[in-house]
Amino acid sequence: MVDATQVLEKRYEGDGASAVAFSNVRFTWPGRTRFTLAIDRFELARGERLLLLGPSGSGKSTFLSLLAGIVAPEAGEVRVLGTGLGKLGGAARDRFRAEHFGIIFQMFNLLPYGSLIDNVTLPLAFAPERRSRVKSEGDPPDVARRLLVSLGLDEDLIERATTAELSVGQQQRVAAARALIGAPQIIVADEPTSALDRDAQAAFLDLLFRQAARAHASVVMVSHDPTLAPYFDRVARLTEIATISRGRAA
Amino acid sequence: MIVPRLALKSLANRWVTALLTVLAIAASVMLLLGVEKVRTGARQSFADTISGTDLIVGARSGSLNLLLYSVFRIGNPTNNMTWKSYEDIAKSPDIAWIVPISLGDSHRGFRVLGTTPDYFKHYKFRRGQQMVFTAGAPFSDLFDAVIGADVAEKLGYKVGDPIVVAHGAGSVAFLEHEDKPFRVSGILAKTGTPIDRTVHVSLAAIEAIHVDWQSGVPDTAHAVTIDRVRTMNLTPKTITAALVGLNSKVATFRVQRAINEYPEEPLSAIMPGVALQELWGLVGTAETALTAISAMVVATALLGMMTMILTTLNERRREMAILRSVGARPTTVLGLLTAEGGLLTLAGVLLGTLALYAALLTMRPVIDRMYGLNLPIDALRPDEWMKLAAIVVAGILAAALPAIRAYRLSLADGMTVRI
Repeated sequence: MVDATQVLEKRYEGDGASAVAFSNVRFTWPGRTRFTLAIDRFELARGERLLLLGPSGSGKSTFLSLLAGIVAPEAGEVRVLGTGLGKLGGAARDRFRAEHFGIIFQMFNLLPYGSLIDNVTLPLAFAPERRSRVKSEGDPPDVARRLLVSLGLDEDLIERATTAELSVGQQQRVAAARALIGAPQIIVADEPTSALDRDAQAAFLDLLFRQAARAHASVVMVSHDPTLAPYFDRVARLTEIATISRGRAA
Repeated sequence: MIVPRLALKSLANRWVTALLTVLAIAASVMLLLGVEKVRTGARQSFADTISGTDLIVGARSGSLNLLLYSVFRIGNPTNNMTWKSYEDIAKSPDIAWIVPISLGDSHRGFRVLGTTPDYFKHYKFRRGQQMVFTAGAPFSDLFDAVIGADVAEKLGYKVGDPIVVAHGAGSVAFLEHEDKPFRVSGILAKTGTPIDRTVHVSLAAIEAIHVDWQSGVPDTAHAVTIDRVRTMNLTPKTITAALVGLNSKVATFRVQRAINEYPEEPLSAIMPGVALQELWGLVGTAETALTAISAMVVATALLGMMTMILTTLNERRREMAILRSVGARPTTVLGLLTAEGGLLTLAGVLLGTLALYAALLTMRPVIDRMYGLNLPIDALRPDEWMKLAAIVVAGILAAALPAIRAYRLSLADGMTVRI
């Protein structure tokens, strides 16, 4: 088992195998305002923690959508864990995402009417292999409960509260647990710390990396906040990776 | 099972709009089935009113009019037939039985029917059922009266109570035959037909109470006492109609034609079943219009549900994006919304059907008392099941439109909900 603090201190050196590889990718959102994102080459190593910086509307979320296979590129190839997402059909891509990705949203996007356990175990409904991995550790609700406890949530709160009753910090932990359950290989986080103060940011990232390191998962986090850079192995601006062009549709 | 469970929780989270949608669908289903129940109940009530009577004979008039006033006590005869004609017809060898009836008077809003004791023997209802006395017996004295179950219940009469018959058939009596009161000799069991709302007296009694009347008013100068009237010849000069049973059904058309061509007096002989068919033909358009209106109400309720799902779609885009991010397929999103529509419609259909039966159970006696309509409480017929199934399918289809929109949005939204 890798100690999270050691991981934080030791800068990432790479293990030679790519978790994610983009080559000659081009994507345009349909609609009146054309927004095109082009990436000639991009790689993310296994276990690497990448901070992707860029202001709002710079295409960060589009990049994450391509990475997670939620949208498919018009041209080029996105390979994740050695699998070309373009070769997968829509259903297979969705299944692949469910099995290998954990996603944390900017607003955490928890289902307000679900219990904490429901929210955390939801991804397992679409990912049989991930569910099997969880089942090998115990009953999925129990595993979810343990994960939430390890993320600092009170057991009483886990049993009784709905997500709507949680503080921002508590919601973050539930969102992190949902992304981490079943140890997916890639954690994608879309500005999860934007609403937090400095101390809370540090505590959350510490928790996230500790859990990600256990699964040797790669972490891609997008943010507009460059002060987060010291927590990551690599920091990149989206403009260094991608070419963005905007124009009106014909 | 977590996804259907969360979908149900999502629905419970929007319980007010969901409940209103279910109630709107339930009300429309209740109306649709209710119209059908009343329609079939009315038809059955009408069809059950007369059974075993082959022909109804009266003065020349339309067959519907003759049927309505002679059997259903609706409307008034345009003319009477003479007693001589009645006797002539009664002599025909094809005729097994013939019962004269005379209408025109009333008692506290209930029609008074003059007839013979044979009426209780030959008149049958609901697939050949015979009238049964719950108390007393048919009239034996001149001023005896046999009352229907509703008359007895509403007016609280029992055997031996006096009855004063009013002149005319209006619900408010201006002139009464108070000098010649009747006595209740028998009370009939409930039949669910106009018999329940009829006061039956002898044909001779009808003649007796009018013996000292001139041009519709009592002739006080020549009043006849009860004792005197008992000594008089009370054979009527005219009657309203006659109910006829034949020895053989084969003879029906022949006897009908003979009566219609009776040379002494213009008469009409009708077959009750044929006249009823004519009635259904007449009211069929109104029934179709009613059914069409209730179908429109169902369509409106389903449109309401579609609007509800569409308006909540924007709030739910985040929910859809969450599902997509954890690996749900767009078809799962499509399926969830369609299933929600189906579930709401199914709940509305179930609630509407239960509410209809509850309403039938509680309102049935009231409707029977007020309108004489005996609504049956029976299981849903196959065509009604089909209608309910069609409503559920229509509900699923109505939800498919917002579901397709959600499907497209969830594809276009990607990871970010861009509202």
